[in-house]
Amino acid sequence: MSTIIPIGPFHPVLEEPEYIQLYVDGETVEKAEIDLGRIHRGMELLAQEKTFDQDVFLVERICGICSASHSWAASLAMEDIVGVGPTDRARYLRTIVHELERLHSHMLWVGLAGHILGYWTVFMWGWKYREPVLDALEMITGNRQNYAWYKAGGVRRDVADDIWPEVVKIIDEFDKNNDILIGAFLDDPVIHGRLKGVGVLTKEEAIHYGCLGPTARGSGVDIDVRRDHDYGAYSEVDWNVITQPEGDCMAVSVVRLLEMKEACKIIKQCIAKLPGGPIATEIREFPRGEGIGHIEAPRGESFHFIRSNGTNMPERHKMRAPTFLNIPSFRPRVKGETISDAVLIFAIIDPCYSCTERMAVLDPTGQSLMTGKDLIKLSHEKTEKLKREY
Amino acid sequence: MGATSWGFKKSLWVFHLNAGACNNCDIEVLDCLTPRFDIERFGMKLVGSVKHADVLLVSGFVSRKVLPDVIETYEQAPKPVAVVALGACGCTGGIFRDGYNFAGPVDKVIPVDAYIPGCPPRPEAIIDGIVKLMGKL
Ligand code: SF4
Repeated sequence: MSTIIPIGPFHPVLEEPEYIQLYVDGETVEKAEIDLGRIHRGMELLAQEKTFDQDVFLVERICGICSASHSWAASLAMEDIVGVGPTDRARYLRTIVHELERLHSHMLWVGLAGHILGYWTVFMWGWKYREPVLDALEMITGNRQNYAWYKAGGVRRDVADDIWPEVVKIIDEFDKNNDILIGAFLDDPVIHGRLKGVGVLTKEEAIHYGCLGPTARGSGVDIDVRRDHDYGAYSEVDWNVITQPEGDCMAVSVVRLLEMKEACKIIKQCIAKLPGGPIATEIREFPRGEGIGHIEAPRGESFHFIRSNGTNMPERHKMRAPTFLNIPSFRPRVKGETISDAVLIFAIIDPCYSCTERMAVLDPTGQSLMTGKDLIKLSHEKTEKLKREY
Repeated sequence: MGATSWGFKKSLWVFHLNAGACNNCDIEVLDCLTPRFDIERFGMKLVGSVKHADVLLVSGFVSRKVLPDVIETYEQAPKPVAVVALGACGCTGGIFRDGYNFAGPVDKVIPVDAYIPGCPPRPEAIIDGIVKLMGKL
């Protein structure tokens, strides 16, 4: 007989309100269920009620940490509709801001992992190292978070060239601190004890669940949108995709730590090569059509699809964040682990629930209003209707 | 000075409740704890249960699903408790106020003592808001 342990919805180790039920036998977790929907904000409908220009501000607020990723993906989708690309300077500026975001996101995760492990020092140090990155972002974009930096065609503001030496200094300092952290992570017996061999996700499982980003790369799946689909300035700088074969929590952490080193490399090269010229291609109107944009957010591939009907508002804006695919991978991971490791296993994918909320169930009586089949039928009918209209 | 106002004079303990925020506000709240901003110098800290809290910090636009939880959390808090609405979302619903899942803003659901606007408010603004609140209580 299994006992149920509830975690949440407002729990100190969870950043966001979600409700996790652990089915345990003794101390061993047999199964975990997760109840989402508390942060569902109806983004996709809201996006249809805003103009293309306003849309970028909205998608920025899907998730606080991936503001640059979502707005970049949306901008790419819009450029795809119009059929123009950003200017060279814009490509580099976008890449720099996006990699800075990766630095702050991964460092934030390292801190939170320390917090979950009960390693308060790692939390404090990690977040201390993260602060200068936010300063750099503020210097470049004007905001610590929610940068309002991307727009269809390029970026919104130009940057004075005299700030770059300061940014490079911040990145160098960060790189040094990151080395200390990597050393500490790889040498510390306590961290090894807590992470090694815990929550293993094999390569087959990672592919089966369609995992993305560091979660997949930590299981030896070699995917990275930055390399596989050329966008931004990634093909013009020298960097490596980090993978680790083991698939346990340690491997994913190492992937994140080493990725920060790569990000530092990318930023420095981009700053050195930054071309001059205009910061945005002018886009006067959006023709009828469809466009997609996908980029490698800190957590994996972020995907945006936009359909325009020739007006100034999108007719459909579909977003898919990486956590949506990464969340189910906790099932094989958590099975057979102890309760104390369960929360860590939930955190290892660096979940971002606000990206993932697809719907909110308000009537939890347990009766299903529609089965999967009904939903598929609805979707088919809708597609047929749209086909007839076009 | 009554026992209540004496209790509010120093070392406010804060319970942070995410009622549908985009994470940014929450990150900035956590940021307040870390070395650069170090809110503990005012004796403030985040607590894990609302039953220990003097201040209830609510971020996010209050979705319909989280609404009963917010009310229940408020009812569980030992009174008096000061409620702070954080961020544009907490104050007015912000960019999401036209959404169909919007049940807020916070002051429609529970009585609010202070508003800290911003999207997200900077850690300095959060600290400033709570310190001002301390002076008011
Ligand atoms: S106020 Fe802004 S930063 Fe805060 S939760 Fe709302 S959208 Fe996010």
